[in-house]
Amino acid sequence: MSFLDDFMARAALAGIGLSLAAGPLGCLVVWRRMAYFGDAVSHAAVLGVALSLLSGAAPMAGVLVMALLMAALVAAGPERLLAMDAMLGVASHAALALGLVAVTLLEGVRVDLMGYLFGDILAVSRADLVAIWAASALAAAVLAARWRRMLLATLSEDLAAAEGVSPRVEKWWLALALALLTAAAIKVVGALLITALLIMPAAAARTLARSPETMALGAAAAGVAATLGGLRASWLWDAPAGPAVVTTAAAILALLGAARALLGRRAG
Amino acid sequence: MTAPRSAAPSAPPSARVNAPARQPAAARESAPLIAARGVCVRIEGRTVLRDVDLEIRPAEIVTILGPNGSGKTTLLRALIGALTPDAGEIRRSPDLRVGHVPQRLSLDRTMPLTVDRFLALSGARRAARQQALERVGIGGRAGAMMAALSGGQFQRALLAHALLRRPNLFVLDEPTQGLDQPGVAAFYRLIEDLRRETGAAVLMVSHDLHVVMSASDRVICLNGHVCCSGAPHVVARAPEYRALFGLGTQGALALYRHEHDHSHAHDGPAPAREEAPRE
Ligand SMILES: Nc1ncnc2c1ncn2[C@@H]1O[C@H](COP(=O)(O)OP(=O)(O)OP(=O)(O)O)[C@@H](O)[C@H]1O
Ligand SMILES: [Mg+2]
Repeated sequence: MSFLDDFMARAALAGIGLSLAAGPLGCLVVWRRMAYFGDAVSHAAVLGVALSLLSGAAPMAGVLVMALLMAALVAAGPERLLAMDAMLGVASHAALALGLVAVTLLEGVRVDLMGYLFGDILAVSRADLVAIWAASALAAAVLAARWRRMLLATLSEDLAAAEGVSPRVEKWWLALALALLTAAAIKVVGALLITALLIMPAAAARTLARSPETMALGAAAAGVAATLGGLRASWLWDAPAGPAVVTTAAAILALLGAARALLGRRAG
Repeated sequence: MTAPRSAAPSAPPSARVNAPARQPAAARESAPLIAARGVCVRIEGRTVLRDVDLEIRPAEIVTILGPNGSGKTTLLRALIGALTPDAGEIRRSPDLRVGHVPQRLSLDRTMPLTVDRFLALSGARRAARQQALERVGIGGRAGAMMAALSGGQFQRALLAHALLRRPNLFVLDEPTQGLDQPGVAAFYRLIEDLRRETGAAVLMVSHDLHVVMSASDRVICLNGHVCCSGAPHVVARAPEYRALFGLGTQGALALYRHEHDHSHAHDGPAPAREEAPRE
């Protein structure tokens, strides 16, 4: 009997793989104030599920396609669109609503809608695990390869352009990483909580970090801790796993924030 | 309002005279680092830049003057490739290497970034980074967070970053904003030194009218289009310049009064060329 026969072990590994990529990506999302962008892409995942039900493809494939489409749509839009919360809010919730309608219309197929909205981490199969790690690794590889350029473009599009880095190109890479991560996350925390998994560990790491890199690594670590803690809580109290993971992430953020506030006051 | 063009009948040939006085001889001969021809930029349907011609050659110091909103930053952004002009063309020399100081940095406070890490984004080694910091006068701030710097220190850090790129063209957008008086003086000395040491050209936007006149080889007055350009002492007496900077009839230095707002024809030939009195 292998270690991977244990559904808890598979769940933990899935969460860890996802968190390692979500940490650095979440930092970029926070620095660039792209939370709504993340929402738009991850909510498109529900539409992706409908697509895969229609076509008979694997859910993750459908999600990847729709997330890529949404990412392209938003990334290709005029520059100022990114800053327009309202527009992104429209795109994000339109995608979500349309996805829900589409999935419901396909009622013939029995669908576990809750699973796609909030994740079904305890049901991760070996094949899922491979796919989740592959997508996460790809997303992380994109970020690692473009890291300096992405930092520069985040700091100043003009500085980047002057140094031969195209902010537009970096935005596309970022959109690709986000779509990959969405595909990886749909089974783990579900479409509605992906943004939370991006932002909370990053915000938690911000309390301690002194460089973009330590913040990215810290966010990955916070994500792993939230995964393990959330799974444990879900086991102990029979709570839904995805929301438990996100709740744990929020608790870690609150603890670190409070600790920092206290320490800061004592030092100051 | 009319520009006091007629009020200065004895003004020397201004403008569009492409014969900078103190420009090193080598500069005139070598190929331009960057050349803009007929550049037009529209933003949200509004024409921000119209028909701008500009050439920067190695080792020359060129300053762009103009009121707020006259398109200075937009022109620099077009030159460095941060935006694509709606018309016209921009040619860059293949070995162009730009060191840029933007007018603003959208540094989000959520990004923890020390001065040294920021400088490292240029790809320079640690020893070079420390040296650059000392050169701009903030040698002790390597470990400070960028967000915690004062305005002037921040500006110096930006300049250090630009230095570390080892550019052959500095593109500086109001690089002296927030600098104290000695800081401004030191800044212009540094620019002069750099030009001498590395042969780098400098294109900058500045509001320090007086310093600019003594520190530049060439001055360009911009107000949506090039109003006049040439050697500082020539431009200083150009009617367009006087109109733009309120040096008209009162002779007082009243900056940016927009009196100029285009008394001369927009689409016609350069008025200066038209009206410059013959000597
Ligand atoms: N991203 C933008 N969106 C909308 N309008 C813009 C944008 N960038 C520039 N403009 C407009 O273009 C005009 C020129 O702006 P620009 O920043 O080039 O002026 P400037 O000469 O650099 O002014 P300042 O001295 O204040 O820095 C302004 O009227 C400005 O409102
Ligand atoms: Mg400007």
